[in-house]
Amino acid sequence: MAAIRVDELRVIRGGRVVLPDLSCEVATGSVTGLLGPSGSGKSTLIRAIVGVQRVAGGTVTVLGAPAGSKELRLRVGYMTQWPSVYRDLTVRENLSFFARVLNVPRAAVERVIAEVSLGDHADAIVGRLSGGQLSRASLAVALLGSPDLLVLDEPTVGLDPVLRRDLWQLFRDLTETGKTLLVSSHVMDEADRCDSLLLLRDGGILAAATPQELKTQTGAAGLDDAFLRLIDEAEK
Amino acid sequence: MSSRATSAVAIRVLSQLRRDPRTIVLIIAVPCLLEILLQQLFKGEPEVFQHVGAPLLGLFPFVTMFLVTSITMLRERTTGTLERLMTLPLGKLDLLAGYGIAFALLAAVQITVVSVVTFGPLGLQTAGPRWLVAALAVANAVLGCALGLFVSAFAQTEFQAVQFMPAFVLPQILLCGLFVAQESMATWLRWISYALPLTYAYDALARAAAHTIDGRFAVDVAIVCGCIALSLALGAATLRRRTP
Repeated sequence: MAAIRVDELRVIRGGRVVLPDLSCEVATGSVTGLLGPSGSGKSTLIRAIVGVQRVAGGTVTVLGAPAGSKELRLRVGYMTQWPSVYRDLTVRENLSFFARVLNVPRAAVERVIAEVSLGDHADAIVGRLSGGQLSRASLAVALLGSPDLLVLDEPTVGLDPVLRRDLWQLFRDLTETGKTLLVSSHVMDEADRCDSLLLLRDGGILAAATPQELKTQTGAAGLDDAFLRLIDEAEK
Repeated sequence: MSSRATSAVAIRVLSQLRRDPRTIVLIIAVPCLLEILLQQLFKGEPEVFQHVGAPLLGLFPFVTMFLVTSITMLRERTTGTLERLMTLPLGKLDLLAGYGIAFALLAAVQITVVSVVTFGPLGLQTAGPRWLVAALAVANAVLGCALGLFVSAFAQTEFQAVQFMPAFVLPQILLCGLFVAQESMATWLRWISYALPLTYAYDALARAAAHTIDGRFAVDVAIVCGCIALSLALGAATLRRRTP
């Protein structure tokens, strides 16, 4: 069964049709990459999946329930595009607050600090962290409740290659315990690490396939190239 | 509503405040200094200070909490933390109540210090019980909090939020009866005055200070409580799980 099922989703933001008619699926237990240029509608789709986006039509089903329904609030972890943590609190204070809201034991706070490698900065004020540390603090909040589905909007922006590799290893480990991840990115080199890809352009799905399938299908060596060929084909 | 989530929010807001000692000092010291200024200013006519000292004591927390809440809530909206909270098992009322409790506690500290200064060294006398003046001041703080929460929905930037202070609060202070009694106002101003919550907050404070605890006092308190409930409900209505 699919972890996420989007049917004919239509979203209008500020008078502009961002997603005209989008349908896609995300398989359970996989890492699905949501790729596309800025402004292609990635964040809007993600917001619709976590149930904070007002939609004009269509349905979004998450873990068998309508997106945004009450029973999903413990089962879906969401990391917003802009780090949504309290800048005037320390990393640990932030996590302790969200742990109380989620009603998870205090041990979870230490677990997620280790998972995002923020042990050295756990007692630092979030506002004084670097961009990469800040986004990891925000990611840690999403991991707190051990959710079945993690929806991460650009989690690796501003991270050095070592940290990026570590995080992708973490994502991989999570799928091994049956979790599903939807990860958006606008850098193609991350696409190769995904089980499947959703390529988004102008609010529509340009392709939904595995990285290998995309390369074979387009005859391109790299995914960047594959994406370009798909765009050229679509515009013909 | 859950007490766990409510207390989580209250503890978080208080920890945020603890990180900002300068704000706390300003919140507590500024009203004290203003009371001192007032007392010194009217040294020649001590009855003026005796008349406005107690109502002002009760109106400071309204202004402070209005500002603090509208800015904090605006930050919550603009930094994405509100969006995140709306995906979590946290009721809107938990959030509002958490804020209310945290700021009421802060107001209680403010009011305690200002009362000690005003009733002590400054020599303010009241015919009515001082604890009642202080309790009304806490109610005003909660009212300011609830109104601040509501108007934060209409500000996109902190600059705008700060401008709501002169727009929402100053007219209420001017019209509440402190400067000019309702009977001496032009009819249309009197009607506006009757429509503003601070009018009843001021009247209750003045009656408590003068020890005229009568039916009108009970009506005042009921209206203030009603306004708190109404603005909290309006505030809750501006917290949407889904946004455009």
